Amino acid sequence: MITRKVRKWEKLPGKNTFCCDGRVMMARQKGVFYLTLFLITGTCALFFAFECPYLAVSLSPAIPVFAVLLFLFVMAMLLRTSFSDPGVLPRALPEEATFIEMEIEAANGNVPAGQRPPPRIRNVQINNQIVKLKYCYTCKIFRPPRASHCSICDNCVDRFDHHCPWVGNCVGKRNYRYFYLFTLSLSLLTIYIFTFDIVHVVMREYPDTPLASHRLNVLEVLVCFFTLWSVVGLTGFHTYLISLNQTTNEDIKGSWSGKNRGQNPYSHKNIIKNCCEVLCGPTYPSVLDRRGLLQEDTPIPSSNPVPQTTKTTAPLIPNEHTPDDAKPSIAASAEKSSSPKEEHPAATKVPPLASPETDAETSIAKERAH
Amino acid sequence: MRQQAAVTAKVFIQRDYTNGTMCQFQTKFPSELETRIDKQQFEETVRALNNLYTEAEKLGSQSYIEGCLACLTAYTVFLCMETHYEKVLKKIAKYIQEQNDKIYAPRGLLLTDPIERGLRVIEITIFEDRSLTR
Repeated sequence: MITRKVRKWEKLPGKNTFCCDGRVMMARQKGVFYLTLFLITGTCALFFAFECPYLAVSLSPAIPVFAVLLFLFVMAMLLRTSFSDPGVLPRALPEEATFIEMEIEAANGNVPAGQRPPPRIRNVQINNQIVKLKYCYTCKIFRPPRASHCSICDNCVDRFDHHCPWVGNCVGKRNYRYFYLFTLSLSLLTIYIFTFDIVHVVMREYPDTPLASHRLNVLEVLVCFFTLWSVVGLTGFHTYLISLNQTTNEDIKGSWSGKNRGQNPYSHKNIIKNCCEVLCGPTYPSVLDRRGLLQEDTPIPSSNPVPQTTKTTAPLIPNEHTPDDAKPSIAASAEKSSSPKEEHPAATKVPPLASPETDAETSIAKERAH
Repeated sequence: MRQQAAVTAKVFIQRDYTNGTMCQFQTKFPSELETRIDKQQFEETVRALNNLYTEAEKLGSQSYIEGCLACLTAYTVFLCMETHYEKVLKKIAKYIQEQNDKIYAPRGLLLTDPIERGLRVIEITIFEDRSLTR
């Protein structure tokens, strides 16, 4: 038997890619992320090469210096958002999953044959508001409040906001503030470059100013103009969400809007406190021990290698229960049930390890919204 | 001498969400532990853990200063400094180790640090009662 040490990230389920021996964690599709990098660095490179020499001389050298600092901050925030663990919840180990299954079966009692068992929902009361915790068939856990399963990354993420293809990662509890600072600083950078482009164009009208490359200037202005509307709009939207302590996911599902839905139990009812909590709250550690070591025993190459790891993906109890989230919960619930409206009707006959939930819809909807 | 006794069962103490999403665990005493440990001892352990997690996640002037300072340095300060949460997690790990050594191991129980279970549950492993062989 050859014993080799593997790091835990190599055995993590889910559709993430890891780099630098587990230090970097991203989604699989990174194409749009490279585009983001290209647009930002490309536009800034043009600005520094063609506008800054003129602006530094005729106006002030502080202009390019501030632009450099802002650019570095934008890149730092982008990379921090893209490379960090958004708050992924590890899947339940077999014993925990069995324990939960037993609890569910005990709660459901005897279901007559032929009848669908009730959906797996736990009701908890948070600050006098009933919140439903749904069971995740992929991760085999009851999702904590505000967590959601991202079907693109195939992970449950705590305080799930949305999956952002522009940063190539999910945005969740651990990286939301970096995402927000990225959009905010990018808005400032775009406005900054746009303003000085206009200033440069205006100043060039006078005969004694040197001519810079006209076409590149126009390209910069165009990129900035389109970026401006989308990024500034996005920053404004997230500022609104932060002041109410809501996630994009909750906003799309309309969890806390409307009279019969109740009030947001997570909000402090004070804009400043909400902002402080989201932006200056504690920095949560990653609960995925990506760089921890696992002992893996592989037999000598003549036989089939069967690695033994602490995480098994073997199904524990063959799940006869179909995930029928479309039916209202039978558990006593103060909320008038609107779950059939939320859930996708096609979720009824899907095998448990699929992730057919509305989170796919919301993440795709959000992608389109970007 | 084999240290590993047979595992008879595992109990999972779930999270308590009544005060929001802060990390707190339920203090309800599970029936499987009735013969092994007394209720008060168990509740004291869970309450102490809850207090430690509250300290880690507290929104106060310290966390705000840390947050603002980190933001101003583009979060590079965390390359050399440990976050407040990480410091408290170390305290929690030490506390659990202590509790295991003094109270739980003599009774054939083992507490698993919740961080190893994604801060979702406190896993308590119940070992076979070896009191007859002692």
